[in-house]
Amino acid sequence: MLRIFELIGRYFILMGKVFSRPEKAVIYRRRILYEMEAIGLDSVGLTAIISIFIGAVITLQMCINLESPFVPESMIGYATRETMILEFSSTVVALILSGKVGSSIASEIGTMRITEQIDALEIMGVNSASYLILPKIVAAVCFFPLLTILSIGIGIVGGYLIAVATDIMIPSNYVDGILVDFKSYSIVYSLIKSAVFAYIITSVSAFFGYYAKGNSLEVGRASTRAVVVGSVVIMIFNLILTQLLLI
Amino acid sequence: MIRAEHITKSFDGRTVLDDISVEFRTGCTNLIIGRSGSGKTVLLKTLVGLHEPDSGAVWYDDRNFTALGFRERKAIRKDIGMIFQGGALLDSSTVEENIKLPLDLFTDQPEAEKRERVDFCLHRVRLEKANRLYPAELSGGMIKRVAIARAIVLNPRYLFCDEPNSGLDPQTSIVIDNLIHEITQEYHITTIINTHDMNSVMEIGEQIVYIHEGRKGWEGTKEEILHAENKALNDFVFASAMAKRAREW
Repeated sequence: MLRIFELIGRYFILMGKVFSRPEKAVIYRRRILYEMEAIGLDSVGLTAIISIFIGAVITLQMCINLESPFVPESMIGYATRETMILEFSSTVVALILSGKVGSSIASEIGTMRITEQIDALEIMGVNSASYLILPKIVAAVCFFPLLTILSIGIGIVGGYLIAVATDIMIPSNYVDGILVDFKSYSIVYSLIKSAVFAYIITSVSAFFGYYAKGNSLEVGRASTRAVVVGSVVIMIFNLILTQLLLI
Repeated sequence: MIRAEHITKSFDGRTVLDDISVEFRTGCTNLIIGRSGSGKTVLLKTLVGLHEPDSGAVWYDDRNFTALGFRERKAIRKDIGMIFQGGALLDSSTVEENIKLPLDLFTDQPEAEKRERVDFCLHRVRLEKANRLYPAELSGGMIKRVAIARAIVLNPRYLFCDEPNSGLDPQTSIVIDNLIHEITQEYHITTIINTHDMNSVMEIGEQIVYIHEGRKGWEGTKEEILHAENKALNDFVFASAMAKRAREW
């Protein structure tokens, strides 16, 4: 228990260093753009592939399980849309990206730690925590909501395509369903969640990488811990945010 | 001049540095030597502020570095260049970006001027036309030269080198040693080199401090080291077969 409090304390001390005043804004702007490409753009393909298949699978599952004369077929489109917006595109995509982006950040920063690259920055008088971590956090918090929008769109298209391809339902009913009872607040909720999850993924994985010690084995362990802890924290905050924002 | 006063440092109850006091002179190459695990690297890292001493103080000329806060230390750190054992170049940056980073962060020079300075530093370490290469594309010797170029880009007053020729062949080691020695004399800086390479000691060691089991075991010049009456030091200096034969001659 004491170890958990120690970890949390060290995490907040690190975040204090991360959010201290940057050395030179222009350098950070350049690094943020670089990180947006590394963290954000490079995740577009994975997000798109997963979203299209999940959208299609949700539609298929709904078709199979909601087969009833009392339930209009358009409800399938509605359910697919709501699932994508409320849960999949923010939470599940975040969990998947926690594996991809989180492990990449933890191993990158962990390797920098054990090869003394972070020490080299400190010797130069650079706030290494801020220089390395802040651009990643800013890039992810800005870019993940865009990935969420992309995921919602592609997931809904995936559902439509499976309806067209398999004739499991009438595609126009699916389109009617996705237009029913649309609440724009659901999108806001989803975007808030994805921004929070982006912060969790980048900061938690950077934390484990930054304090990695020893050799490459330790970097691997730090990377694994970053993904596991990041995923658990995402689930906890998913619950908290749902309670706060929807209920 | 850099002065360590009664430096003590422990990790998890194990004393690594025990009451070390030593003064490193300006304009000459000061060597810290000792066996692996003797505390050389911890001493070097304590001198640059990567480790905080449990007791004692580190002075940079007339400034007590140990007593300074983050901002005051930052001002001194702009005067420090350090060459790490593995080079510690940023993997995701090119050679030019690595060397230019301190200029980007701490100067307002125009881009052309910064490039000129980078080219000058690369020329100084005899590594022209490597600007666009990444660290992964460099040999061990080239990495060390780029690390030296980065360390001198801001015209440091203090240069620290942690085993600058480890992993290099004897000829490249001599090139790196001589380069550091030349730079030290040319810019009249305080250079501290951490090494267990006796070739370096005999080539460029002007002032030598021997660390044994966390304590200062001996201090002197390269001429004096061959005749020192210190068993631990003699065991270290004459450990290799070649050194033993040289002694017999």
